[in-house]
Amino acid sequence: MTAAIEIDALAKHFGATGALNGVTVNVERGEIFGLIGPDGSGKSTLFRLLVTLLLPDGGRATVEGLDIVKDFLKIRARVGYMPGRFSLYPDLTVEENLHLFATLFGVRVEDNRPLIQRVYSHIEPFRRRRASALSGGMKQKLALSCALIHRPSVLFLDEPTTGIDPVSRAELWETLADLKRQGVTVMVSTPYMDEARLCDRVALMQSGRFLDVASPPEIVARHGTTTWAARAERMSKLLTDLRAHPTVETCYAFGDRHHVTPRPGASPLLLRAAMETLGHRQVEISEILPGIEDCFIRIAGQPPREP
Amino acid sequence: MKNSPALATFIAFARKEFHHIFRDRRTIMILLVMPVLQIILFGFAITTEVRHVKVGLLDPLPDQATRRVADRLLASDYFDLARVLHTPDAVEQALRRGEIDLALIFEPHFHRHLHGPARLQLVVDASDPNTSALFTAYARRVITDAALEIAPPVAPVITTETRLLHNPAARAAYNFVPGVMGLILMLICAMMTSISIVREKETGTMEIILVSPARPLMIIAAKILPYLLLSCVNLATILLLAVHVLGVPVAGSLFWLVAVSLLFIIVSLAIGIFVSTLARNQVTAMLVSGMVLMMPVVLLSGLIFPIEGMPAFLRWLSALIPARWYISAVKRLMIEGAPVAFIAREALALACTGAVLVLLSVKNFKNRLA
Repeated sequence: MTAAIEIDALAKHFGATGALNGVTVNVERGEIFGLIGPDGSGKSTLFRLLVTLLLPDGGRATVEGLDIVKDFLKIRARVGYMPGRFSLYPDLTVEENLHLFATLFGVRVEDNRPLIQRVYSHIEPFRRRRASALSGGMKQKLALSCALIHRPSVLFLDEPTTGIDPVSRAELWETLADLKRQGVTVMVSTPYMDEARLCDRVALMQSGRFLDVASPPEIVARHGTTTWAARAERMSKLLTDLRAHPTVETCYAFGDRHHVTPRPGASPLLLRAAMETLGHRQVEISEILPGIEDCFIRIAGQPPREP
Repeated sequence: MKNSPALATFIAFARKEFHHIFRDRRTIMILLVMPVLQIILFGFAITTEVRHVKVGLLDPLPDQATRRVADRLLASDYFDLARVLHTPDAVEQALRRGEIDLALIFEPHFHRHLHGPARLQLVVDASDPNTSALFTAYARRVITDAALEIAPPVAPVITTETRLLHNPAARAAYNFVPGVMGLILMLICAMMTSISIVREKETGTMEIILVSPARPLMIIAAKILPYLLLSCVNLATILLLAVHVLGVPVAGSLFWLVAVSLLFIIVSLAIGIFVSTLARNQVTAMLVSGMVLMMPVVLLSGLIFPIEGMPAFLRWLSALIPARWYISAVKRLMIEGAPVAFIAREALALACTGAVLVLLSVKNFKNRLA
């Protein structure tokens, strides 16, 4: 049995950003496969190639054993696709959008209701509201409902959780776990590292290339090194001072802390003392387990997204 | 009865398109209110008709003959007596102040000279040359008629008589109605269709629709259906307004008038689809259909400038504009009452343009994003 998605040296050349420079991977059936990388690293291009919206300049790929160039019509009937930005009809109601996409795929909403129940139940109370009047989280739930309504065997989600609230994000990921249990293959891109952990495997992407492909624990085991989390009263000055310190290799802002990769032989206590000498108060530096994002920075030399 | 999935998709999409139209106040205004306003505006406000020309009369020694000439002139709707003047200076002043458009000046003892040359002068405000030429010619005709009545010629004289066929009163509406019909149908079909298709590209909905089993050409057919229906509504509105409000008769066959209009509507829809295959965003679509399509329609279709008076190059260029053929066909059928055989050339030109555009659009239509 072939893999759900087979990608072999797939390439697409563009002007400045978004090009794809030959990526290779096989995604298994029922797998949740994550794409992680900064804007312009080629994630959306890969999605558009796989859903047959773009023609590749090199390499080949199949979805459900169907060639993305030759069999594009067959692929379109089987996959679900949710583009990176909200792409439903803003002047139609929630219900009208859902029914329109059901009709487009020749199915009835009632028949596949159980599949979308978990996400759709949240927006059903607003089914007569126009899509333009929904919140970001509700819009994404509606878009996911529309992408799922025809029971696709492979689902392509381009940053489905960007810009939505944490509760909605969690609900969306629960739905993906549900779908996985039902045998649906999911390829999803996300800028959130905590979501990367929920994938079976992730591909770290930069400049149209895969830096590495593995399960999240493997990624950490392979690329993780000693990582310290630091905080003090004045965080932005702390970032500058940490970066300037000779025992610090890299330092990046991570939410309310800075993550420091120390050089060999450095000690958190000495670094803390050095920071206090520079006038920082309430300095805390402690060792933590490295995450996917720390690994990404180590390999790529840049964070996967702007902090 | 169970509908086929393709038909169900077609119906669902046509319905969706109606929702887009009826839920956006601006769209519905452009589609249904603007045609009515345009017809009324062109029919009443913008007019080159000769009506109620203000006449100043300078008659130093009124007698029977001068009175009869003046009465004949002022009897019609077209000329109103505005001022009675007494000196040539007063005539000039009245003209300059715009109190009168035309001065009628009799020489003294006009009656006595009837069989010699009896002289009468028309002084005209020619700041609007088209209108002034029109009403001067009309005034001369009335005066000549009156003179012949008062003093029948002794020797035979040759008089020319001009009859304005099809539009006896030189009413502007006769020229504008076909023009506005061409303009409005073009605007609604070409511009609105291209914008609505390009909007799907811009909002990204085209991206999802493409990744579905629905065939894009079917989706487009469903998209243009509402515009086709609305165009028919507009056609009916325009014709009703033209006949009952502007008093422009349908002299020829109504059936063929509607038939050639449908042909033009289809050509315009094809233009709209063609523009949408080229344009990437709504602004481009609007500019392309607005500037590249509308301007030539207004300028080169004979709506404002007569085609006969154009340089050869522009005449040749105007032959490429579907609206030109349509307007010409409507003039023949509606105003002149010509039989359908007389518009064969126009119909053929429209049919060819339509066929070429549909072929180009289908060839140009992208199954993918780029």
